[in-house]
Amino acid sequence: MSPNGEHMAIKDVVTVEKPSLAKSASKRRRAWNAFEKVSEGILFASAFIGVVTIILIFLFLFKEALPVLFDAKTAASLTASKWYPISQPPVFGLIPLIAGSLIVTVGAIVISVPLGVGAAIYLSMVASPMVREILKPTIEVLAGIPSVVLGFFGMAFLAPVVKSLFHLPTGLTALTGAITLALMALPTITSISEDAISSVPGKYMEAALSLGATRWQAIVTVIVPAAFSGITASVMLGIGRAIGETMTVLMVTGNAGIIPDSFLVPVRTMTATIAAEMGEVARGSDHYHALFVVGAVLFIMTFIINLIADMVSRRMKEVE
Amino acid sequence: MIKTKISAENLNLFYGDFHALKDIHISMGERQVTALIGPSGCGKSTFLRCLNRMNDIIPTCRVQGKLMFEDTEIYHPDTDVVALRKRVGMVFQAPNPFPKSVYENVAYAPKLHGLKDKARLDEIVETSLRQAALWDEVKDRLHKPALGLSGGQQQRLCIARALAIQPEVLLMDEPTSALDPISTLKIEELIRELKQYYTIVIVTHNMQQAARISDKTAFFLVGDLVEFDDTEVIFTNPKDQRTEDYITGRFG
Repeated sequence: MSPNGEHMAIKDVVTVEKPSLAKSASKRRRAWNAFEKVSEGILFASAFIGVVTIILIFLFLFKEALPVLFDAKTAASLTASKWYPISQPPVFGLIPLIAGSLIVTVGAIVISVPLGVGAAIYLSMVASPMVREILKPTIEVLAGIPSVVLGFFGMAFLAPVVKSLFHLPTGLTALTGAITLALMALPTITSISEDAISSVPGKYMEAALSLGATRWQAIVTVIVPAAFSGITASVMLGIGRAIGETMTVLMVTGNAGIIPDSFLVPVRTMTATIAAEMGEVARGSDHYHALFVVGAVLFIMTFIINLIADMVSRRMKEVE
Repeated sequence: MIKTKISAENLNLFYGDFHALKDIHISMGERQVTALIGPSGCGKSTFLRCLNRMNDIIPTCRVQGKLMFEDTEIYHPDTDVVALRKRVGMVFQAPNPFPKSVYENVAYAPKLHGLKDKARLDEIVETSLRQAALWDEVKDRLHKPALGLSGGQQQRLCIARALAIQPEVLLMDEPTSALDPISTLKIEELIRELKQYYTIVIVTHNMQQAARISDKTAFFLVGDLVEFDDTEVIFTNPKDQRTEDYITGRFG
């Protein structure tokens, strides 16, 4: 209202020029347009560089791996049951390495998934708010422990325990590796699963209770299934960390290039093999190329795991 | 003479220090529709949630007085809440089907209470969906996600889900407030159908709705049950000035 009590329209107070509808009419707008074009270009370039880099790594990996496949003798040894790269003649059997990686990873999953999901259910549905406020950050801090420290812990503490518990000649076994990897995957699985379960709307709990479910039945039959895609994602991230993990397994699994027949023998994983041998191998030698085959196989395996994970969570989303 | 299904005497409810329901006396007949009306925060939803003890979730909630379901005292320590909720079903304000298939939603409660026979489950799912007037719309997509249904269909699915364990009482907490007029009309028709078999207690903000579908109406105001009578009387000849003011839209 103006002082004399009459209504004033905005146009009386502010003079507004009618904007021209012609493109690039003002200098200011031209500058903006140019800025938008440039930003788009930069964003495209960042996405492009990321994708191209991955494709180049992929090509490089396979190019360096190929010579092995063309040499009949080394190619034949790929299916051998031993990895003895410096014996004469060298044997580059991939099966023990694949088996080593699998047994350690599967062991880690078997240990960490029930523990992680259980902890997540406890934190989100059972624990009092105070307990949750203390426990959750603590668990998340565990995710930040460097893998070499965990490896050190596994070597110095876990291995002797495993050794005396099962009366083994050495404590550096697949089991020791699986436990340390489970410890690494645990915070990821717990934290992300807890987020997934906590974000299930309370109305589902209400509906289940009103149908005569107990709180526990509601958690098992409605809440956890509703959080399934989030829980799957957490497990896949955990596994991704476990299967790609190098330093810990190198330190605690004993690195014997033979096919393991139980959890209580030393194994050699693909990652540990590459890490341990790549530095000392002659560039261009059969051994060198064989390590690239190991890398390519690891790449394909993680790719397949990611693909399956993606399909599972996609299928779960369809139901929601 | 209509049999009494639910009755309250001197019912008081507190949330901590807040006195949410004050000396409620009410008696609801079998196979009747009772509408609970009143402005927001008047205690009508709180009262509804006493009837299947959904208030138990709230830790600070205390109930005093007598609340009877037939011959059982609802808040008696020996009362089995699970058994009570099997006999007193509930439909919520916003449709809340589970993120499962249509079939799994309806079969949820029977399965939970131990039914495994597939043929019997199929039968229950069909009957419940027919009772909820949803069968024709979903019979070809029973195994599709329930969340793909429209809001009105979801709410009828929730009704079917509640009916699947054949409760005797159906509590409805503003079941149409999140729905469009056509869906609302369908649900109202459904309520008229369902009262042949079920005792229905419905909370509504829509006074026309209360007038259209209920036999009895209870008017709540800040925790008091101001007036409870035949719906016709409440809407044409209320005894209390406050009821008249509310239903004629003078406040609330």
